[in-house]
Amino acid sequence: MATAIGFLLNGRQVSLPPGTSPTTSLLDWLRGPGALPGTKEGCAEGDCGACTVVLEAGDGARTPINACLTLLGQVHGQAIRTVEGLRGADGSPHPIQRAMAESDGTQCGFCTPGIVMTAWAHAREGGEVHEALAGNLCRCTGYRPILDVFATLADDAAATPVLPAPQAACFEAPGQVFHRPVTLAALLALRAAHPQAWLLAGGTDLGLRVSDHRERPAEVICLLGVPELHALRAMPDGIEAGAAVPYARLLALFRQEPGFAPFATLLARLGSRQIRGLGTLGGNLGTASPIGDALPPLLALGASVTLASSRGTRVLAVADFLRGYRVNDLAPDEVVVSVSLPRPDPADIFVCEKISKRHDQDIATVGAAFRLRLASDRVAEAWLAFGGVGPMAARAKRAEAALAGRRLDADALEAAASALASDIAPLSDWRGTAAYRLMVAQGLLRRLHLRASRPDLPADVAGYDP
Amino acid sequence: MKGAGAALRHDSALKHTTGEARFADDLAEAAGTLHAALVLSDVAHGTLLSLDTEAARAMPGVVAVLGPRDIPGANDIAAIGQAEPLFADPLVEFAGQPLALVVATTRDAALLGAAAVRAGITPLEPVLSIERALELDQHVVAPQTMARGDAARAIAAAPRRMEAEFRAGGQEHFYLEGQVAIASPGEDGEIAVVASTQHPSEVQHVVARVLGGACNGVTVTCRRMGGGFGGKESNASWVAAAAALAARHTGRPVKLRLARRADMIATGKRHPFLYRWTAGFDDQGRVLGLQALLAADGGWSLDMSGGVVFRAITHALNCCDVADVSVTGCAVKTNTVSHTAFRGFGGPQGALLMEDVVHRIAAACRLPPEEVRARNFLGAAGKGEETPYGQKVEGDLIARVWAEAKRDSDWDRRRGEIAAFNATHPTLRRGLGSMVLAFGISFGVMHLNQAGALVHVYSDGSIRLAHGGTEMGQGLFVKVAQVVCDVFGVDLDRIAITATSTAEVPNTAPTAASTGSDLNGWAAHNAAQTIKGRMAEVAARRFGIAVEAVVFADNRVWAEQAGGNRFLEFAELAKLCFLERVSLSSTGFYRTPDIHWDRATMRGEPFFYFSYGAAVSEVIVDTLTGEHRCLRTDIVQDCGRSLNPAVDRGQIEGAFVQGMGWLTCEELWWDGQGRLRTVGPSTYKIPGSRDVPPIFNVRLLEGAPARSETIFRSKAVGEPPVLLAISVANALKDAIGVPALDLPATPERVLMALRGDGEKIARD
Repeated sequence: MATAIGFLLNGRQVSLPPGTSPTTSLLDWLRGPGALPGTKEGCAEGDCGACTVVLEAGDGARTPINACLTLLGQVHGQAIRTVEGLRGADGSPHPIQRAMAESDGTQCGFCTPGIVMTAWAHAREGGEVHEALAGNLCRCTGYRPILDVFATLADDAAATPVLPAPQAACFEAPGQVFHRPVTLAALLALRAAHPQAWLLAGGTDLGLRVSDHRERPAEVICLLGVPELHALRAMPDGIEAGAAVPYARLLALFRQEPGFAPFATLLARLGSRQIRGLGTLGGNLGTASPIGDALPPLLALGASVTLASSRGTRVLAVADFLRGYRVNDLAPDEVVVSVSLPRPDPADIFVCEKISKRHDQDIATVGAAFRLRLASDRVAEAWLAFGGVGPMAARAKRAEAALAGRRLDADALEAAASALASDIAPLSDWRGTAAYRLMVAQGLLRRLHLRASRPDLPADVAGYDP
Repeated sequence: MKGAGAALRHDSALKHTTGEARFADDLAEAAGTLHAALVLSDVAHGTLLSLDTEAARAMPGVVAVLGPRDIPGANDIAAIGQAEPLFADPLVEFAGQPLALVVATTRDAALLGAAAVRAGITPLEPVLSIERALELDQHVVAPQTMARGDAARAIAAAPRRMEAEFRAGGQEHFYLEGQVAIASPGEDGEIAVVASTQHPSEVQHVVARVLGGACNGVTVTCRRMGGGFGGKESNASWVAAAAALAARHTGRPVKLRLARRADMIATGKRHPFLYRWTAGFDDQGRVLGLQALLAADGGWSLDMSGGVVFRAITHALNCCDVADVSVTGCAVKTNTVSHTAFRGFGGPQGALLMEDVVHRIAAACRLPPEEVRARNFLGAAGKGEETPYGQKVEGDLIARVWAEAKRDSDWDRRRGEIAAFNATHPTLRRGLGSMVLAFGISFGVMHLNQAGALVHVYSDGSIRLAHGGTEMGQGLFVKVAQVVCDVFGVDLDRIAITATSTAEVPNTAPTAASTGSDLNGWAAHNAAQTIKGRMAEVAARRFGIAVEAVVFADNRVWAEQAGGNRFLEFAELAKLCFLERVSLSSTGFYRTPDIHWDRATMRGEPFFYFSYGAAVSEVIVDTLTGEHRCLRTDIVQDCGRSLNPAVDRGQIEGAFVQGMGWLTCEELWWDGQGRLRTVGPSTYKIPGSRDVPPIFNVRLLEGAPARSETIFRSKAVGEPPVLLAISVANALKDAIGVPALDLPATPERVLMALRGDGEKIARD
């Protein structure tokens, strides 16, 4: 069992001295002991992207991540590249570094290293440019020159690292222990023995507590090495996703699998590419936050979770798993193993919505997912799920009832919108007032009518192509 | 040779992209460096009775806990005038006010120590809104009025009249690099400060004041900032002063770097404004009389609110003229953070007034707002070319930028296309809006309109350039270096661009008010010119010609004409000067000529010149949710004869997008206890790349050299284009068909405005 944290950094093996705190953020380590201050701290909450580094996988995939949210124990056995590691063997700047400089893509330059790393990953991974850049804020340029550079990126075909096979590890530091099991059985035994330990998957929530709130957890059990939690399978009747599968992999699968495109559209707005590289469905369920983006679609699809402990395994509908404000049904010795997402019927109407102040990388003011099954033009079954409008993500049963048996016309959705007022009890906060949240939730039902009745028209501002 | 006018890239661009560019927090820490963290009040108003520091002092790594009693000099960090304490003593005036500083061996120990300090505060009733402060008549800047003619009579006599009220929110700077300072003690009580600051001289003054020493014992340097936008003008000073205080107490270097949350809670922002106005007008939309109140939320202390109010008042009519006008401006005192400089410095807030007037009157007259605005342009038929405070503007340029923006944007065709779309789509509405600006350039505080530079030519012909301006990403260093290149006729690579230091150039103004290149460019020009004159004499003697016939060009010094037979390499001549014992070093100084302002009468010519610009923006709005997007923007901006078109374009684009953020998605939200709850990028949303208009045409006005004697007839560009973002807010009004829209126009405000209750969004 490994006891020292080791990883590849810019192509060179690094082994950290025993006693290094495994919950030090990668960012703090890079800028401190690592003596690599090119990676910047802009916010320490995973939102600005100034600390973006790239996780290099053995298959050549490049995942940009926020070094501020990533803990040293998480990167054990992985390969990391920072802005300092992009230069050529002769010390010459990387073509992306040159292009960004020559296109006036920098002003103050503080966000630049993070943007360069995002660009380096994007050059290989491709995809929509704003989706790639959503996790990098620039306050100076107005992005135009950066977008110009992103439009012309070319992959450098640089070699991929050779990574060691995962093996069980346990890192200790004064007052801290960090377990990295590699079998489900070992994980469950650890969980039973340490019910107070943090269960760490992507760390986009827990990493924040370390990075922003400077917490120093005594016990951590890291889920990244357990293969069962990383399984991802598409079957005719749906998708089975391990709890620790990062959103990025899920998104790629959703985009290919019939029926999941609406969920994919929403996932593309969940956090940023950096957050999706780390964050997991299991984490969203584990925190049971009322504003978890993925929860309304899970409810609308009728998804279920598989929970396991040394005592055995049980399967629970997501609707029953979520119990209240940041409360779920997980027993102290249990972990979420996987999530089953039933495939919508091809005839189902399935829509995922998210209202926020900013389109990308924002937390939902109101989230929603609607699935309707029609039989001879009438609503046979309706699943209307909302997030951000109550203590937990939940279905709107009265609004669903208002639709039952009706034609999906404007009147029916007006009735559902009226009924919705008694389904939800939103609060007022910095994301929106209670009145606005209700108005918007109702507006989303009206938009559902537009989507269903006029598929030829753009239904929202994002869908309008100038 | 690429001097002034060349589109050179930022001098640090490649260092930015490779990660080599060092910001303050990137510098290797000296052995023994300590770290500091602030203890902040979580109460908005109260009396500090006790500060329990015992637990903090007992924590591992904590070296000291410092409060007001530990200050050897004055507990005063005011930029201007009245005392503003570094640490509350005993009156606490906003949630987030520094109470004490914990110094420890590591940053974590300092932060944990700060969290362990318990403040005993007896709460007092906080004043949390502009309205309440107006009722109580409590101000940090007392009401002052700029008036011309008899507004009340003109309004009464006008065929029509209207009253209105609206609000614009503040704005967090969100520089990517937070506030940071490192203070290192030296011999004889000296302190060396490395700070991320737009105003090294003020850091020096405030550090000296807090430590009770003289300025000659404090050296402040800044190589670069990771963004400033006004947020590192006065706010950088107190951060540095706190670090210096800790360095003085411990005898060790101390770094104070604010975490993003502390930075957002404890440092000032753009002033929120409340507007109330009454106008008299005719059916053609001509504004005949206008009375307005512009009430800024100054926060708890003065800071630079006086200057912000001055600029808001002088820009309240923007590019328009109203013969009989009375504009009153003030900054009320509330129990919130002290609002401060932010790109535009009250100018953008001022300009919102006339846009509100124009749009509401246009709606009342059933006229396009663009027509109403143009009928009220300075210099339009029946309108004067003089501002109410007595300064003449160039009306022809106002008309010209608008005509060009309208043409570039294909205005008339798109109006028709948009109307057709809106008539057919059930829920989405597109809108077209515009903005025209006239922005006065110069500091409102007269004495700040000065700059110094120090240029050395070494005997090998290399040049070292220092000036009082600071680099925050705006490209100032390269622009000033281009000026020096131009004077000496040499390439940029010959010039070493150096950190700003109070030891090299003293008594400087902040790099602010868009004046960086205007002032420092001239100062560097004058320094270089002095050296050039001396070098020319040596060359003239060598060539045996008149001094006037010596030509500096192409890295050479020529007899009679460039490209001729007789020349010296620039380096050769430098060596010759040294051998002939001729000084190759000079300071340079510049003060803006001809500007003046009479505070008593609120009249004068406070600006050296005006910058002009115009923009057209198109948006699309979802009437079900209030969500919106900007689809296209066309900009024409006057930069005079641009010193560097690439840098200037970057400033225009960046300012526009930042302004768009202020007006659409960036919302500061305080709770009922006066605590800011939008304290990081997860809750405070600045524009991302998708928010930039997908069609974004930016053009510099051509053939328009500055008419005043600016450096190479260029014009300042840092701030004016912020105002062009108002075109987006105007387009939103057009899309929803409602001229009354409070700002920022978040999806919520847009939806509420659509539903007819857009006047107010309740605060819980």
